[in-house]
Amino acid sequence: MAYDSWEKHISGCGLSAYMDESGKRSTGDDIIQSIALLHDRSNGLGGGFAAYGIYPEFADKYALQLFYDNNTVQSACEELIHRNFDIVESGPIPTRKVFGIGPSPVIWRYFVSPKESALDMSDLSEEDFVVQHVMEINRTVKGAFVFSSGKNMGAFKAVGFPEDVGDFYRLDEYKAYMWVAHGRFPTNTPGWWGGAHPFTILDWAIVHNGEISSYGINKRYVEMYGYHCTMMTDTEVMAYLFDLLLRKHDLPVEAACAVLAPPFWELINHMPEAEKALYTTIRSVYGSAMANGPFAIVLGSRDMMLALNDRVKLRPLVAARKGDVIYVSSEESGIREICPNPESVWMPKTGEPVIARLKGEPS
Amino acid sequence: MRFSYALPEFLVERDLERCIRCKVCVRQCAFEAHCYDEETDTVSVDSSKCVGCLRCVTMCPTSALIVRQNPTSFKENASWTGRAIKDIFKQAETGGVLLTGMGNDRPYPIYWDHILLNASQVTNPSIDPLREPMELKTYLGSKPDRLDIKKENGKLTLKTRLAPQLELRMPVMFSALSYGAISLNASKALASAAKEFGTYCNTGEGGLHRDLFQYADRTIVQCASGRFGVYRDYLQAGAAIEIKIGQGAKPGIGGHLPGEKVSEEVSKTRMIPVGTDALSPAPHHDIYSIEDLRQLIYALKEATRYEKPVSVKIAAVHNAAAIASGMVRAGADIIALDGLRGSTGAAPTRIRNNVGIPIELAIASVDRRLREEGIRQRASLVAAGGFRNSADVVKAIALGADAVYIGTSALVAMGCHVCQICYTGKCNWGIATQDPYLEKRLNPEIAKERLLNLLRAWEHEIKEMLGGMGINAIESLRGNRLHLRGVGLSDTDLDILGILPAGR
Repeated sequence: MAYDSWEKHISGCGLSAYMDESGKRSTGDDIIQSIALLHDRSNGLGGGFAAYGIYPEFADKYALQLFYDNNTVQSACEELIHRNFDIVESGPIPTRKVFGIGPSPVIWRYFVSPKESALDMSDLSEEDFVVQHVMEINRTVKGAFVFSSGKNMGAFKAVGFPEDVGDFYRLDEYKAYMWVAHGRFPTNTPGWWGGAHPFTILDWAIVHNGEISSYGINKRYVEMYGYHCTMMTDTEVMAYLFDLLLRKHDLPVEAACAVLAPPFWELINHMPEAEKALYTTIRSVYGSAMANGPFAIVLGSRDMMLALNDRVKLRPLVAARKGDVIYVSSEESGIREICPNPESVWMPKTGEPVIARLKGEPS
Repeated sequence: MRFSYALPEFLVERDLERCIRCKVCVRQCAFEAHCYDEETDTVSVDSSKCVGCLRCVTMCPTSALIVRQNPTSFKENASWTGRAIKDIFKQAETGGVLLTGMGNDRPYPIYWDHILLNASQVTNPSIDPLREPMELKTYLGSKPDRLDIKKENGKLTLKTRLAPQLELRMPVMFSALSYGAISLNASKALASAAKEFGTYCNTGEGGLHRDLFQYADRTIVQCASGRFGVYRDYLQAGAAIEIKIGQGAKPGIGGHLPGEKVSEEVSKTRMIPVGTDALSPAPHHDIYSIEDLRQLIYALKEATRYEKPVSVKIAAVHNAAAIASGMVRAGADIIALDGLRGSTGAAPTRIRNNVGIPIELAIASVDRRLREEGIRQRASLVAAGGFRNSADVVKAIALGADAVYIGTSALVAMGCHVCQICYTGKCNWGIATQDPYLEKRLNPEIAKERLLNLLRAWEHEIKEMLGGMGINAIESLRGNRLHLRGVGLSDTDLDILGILPAGR
């Protein structure tokens, strides 16, 4: 096809997540129980999790997690990884047979750090180096797909209902201070494991319920800054937008949220002068990064969990707190299922982020 | 009048039973097609003088007049059409360059009519602009790649100072229509409508008449190759300055105002003698290269203390994308592209009909090129040339334009019937004329209201189309070609437009 392939996959969804701000880690049992309750929000065509703090023994290494179509692709791709990274340890990601999860690709995990010589030659920062190579594999190695590339965190996803996916990946055996879960309801059937949420790049993991009607321009905008959208989904572009705004442009989280879901002009017009100038400037400069259309997202990173709704709240999102733990879910029931008596429960306003921050050491 | 082989273009028919010999038609026609004979108390018609402006038909109190294409035709010939033959007759009789007005009227493809818009169904709710906010506000000017925002004492603080911007209530502005080409009343209507609505009008190269300074904060002042009417107060009064390199109706040549239209007031405003042809040089004689353009851009920025965005307008030509890239790098804050169907008050027919490229392709290729080079943020893109309705505007924005200029649509709103004889200065509708008798036919207040109505109507339609796509802010449509599909276009067309075919 001569013109850009802009076909994208549309899906509805359910999501649940929690973070213990004190850093206390818990097993995947709770998050599986929560997302299992939202069973009807997905249709068995994709489920996934992101877990933070699960690899303390390799905390300073990038955990590259890949799907391979077969062993031939694996050896070809491993050569590429070897050329650019020192592999400290590698092996298959442990799974168990689960009814409901079909034939799986080869699922492999590598704990790596960039090869110093390659990094020097590249003239890139370490993180940009990792991003570039992840993108390169996803773009150029047919049949190989990096679905997780952060430090001390991992994404786990498959085609199936989320509770089955959690069981398949034996998430009850991992301990994390933040868990993010997602069940997918795609309106087409790509049947591809890489298409499930979360989407990740470096430490960022994002799950998403909704459809971004601004996708066409969001994609072209991030492409201008060297990102390549390989997965044909809205969610991927959201991950890159966050990476661009938070990491590369160094915007405060609140400002990044104002880029993605900005206040209406009507509201801006009534703000005090300094704020008015701020939001007017944000909107005029970052207009192409605004995410329009319905969405509820949860973004995880090493030290933060962020939940955000679209500008007119076209997707459900509920938040709650109990002690050091902050919960978000598509439905209040998803929270009460694992935390029956939260101290507070609230519906975040449009464009108003729910932010949890890691305050203690992961333990 | 000298005998001409060229048959009349129109046939004017009068229903004698209806005609009450009130002589309205006689008074209304500046071309003297109608004639009253007192002796016989009859009104007669000379169809050969009719230009098809329909003024007489519209004003006739008893609907006694019909104007239609002259049914008499030359022998059918696919190559030697009546038009081709008539043009030769005219040149054989005058020895002159054929002149015309308005935009290209030849049947080149209009890509807008081969592009369809998207709408939301099920997976994504469409938004109702009557019940939900729908935002069209647009800022034109150079934007940085990133903002420096710090969190200080729990508050977000903006550290970046933005270059000057134009704020538009919706992404539609009035195109460059010079005072001289159009009457002062028409200029007043455009300027006052732009100000009241919250958009901008453009002086063209006609300068700024003293009565129009009150609207200057909603006026883009042009600096063209003839430098007509350009002086300190003019530059400092405008909201932005536009360097006019070229125009869609006549790429490669300069502006042309026939001496007939250079009245006392036009002469004062343009700073040229009464009755002289105002012929702008083809190039700016201080711009022979891109680096020269940079000098003029910065000379104008210096002259106005960097308080106004500087726009550079070019005709959409074959290598517009590369030229636009150079213009952005030369410091232009706004790139204005004027396409093949862009209009004019006077242009040589052959140039108008044969030079340039359609605006649709120009928007697509310029927007793509600026993105490939990573400099799209540095300038806004304004498209001009043949926008007939709000759907054309929506499609242009989705292709990648920040805003559009409308010229002909605005003139038509005021009463123009697109008869293409603006260059004669005898516009019966009081628009493209400097004749006080004709000019007073255009009431600037009424014309302003008609313009405001047009803008409001388009605003509402754009909101409806946007809402249908599940978008509630225009910036999410800008460059969002995913909401466009082509019908009946070749693979090459689709590739250049960067859109998928309908059904895919």
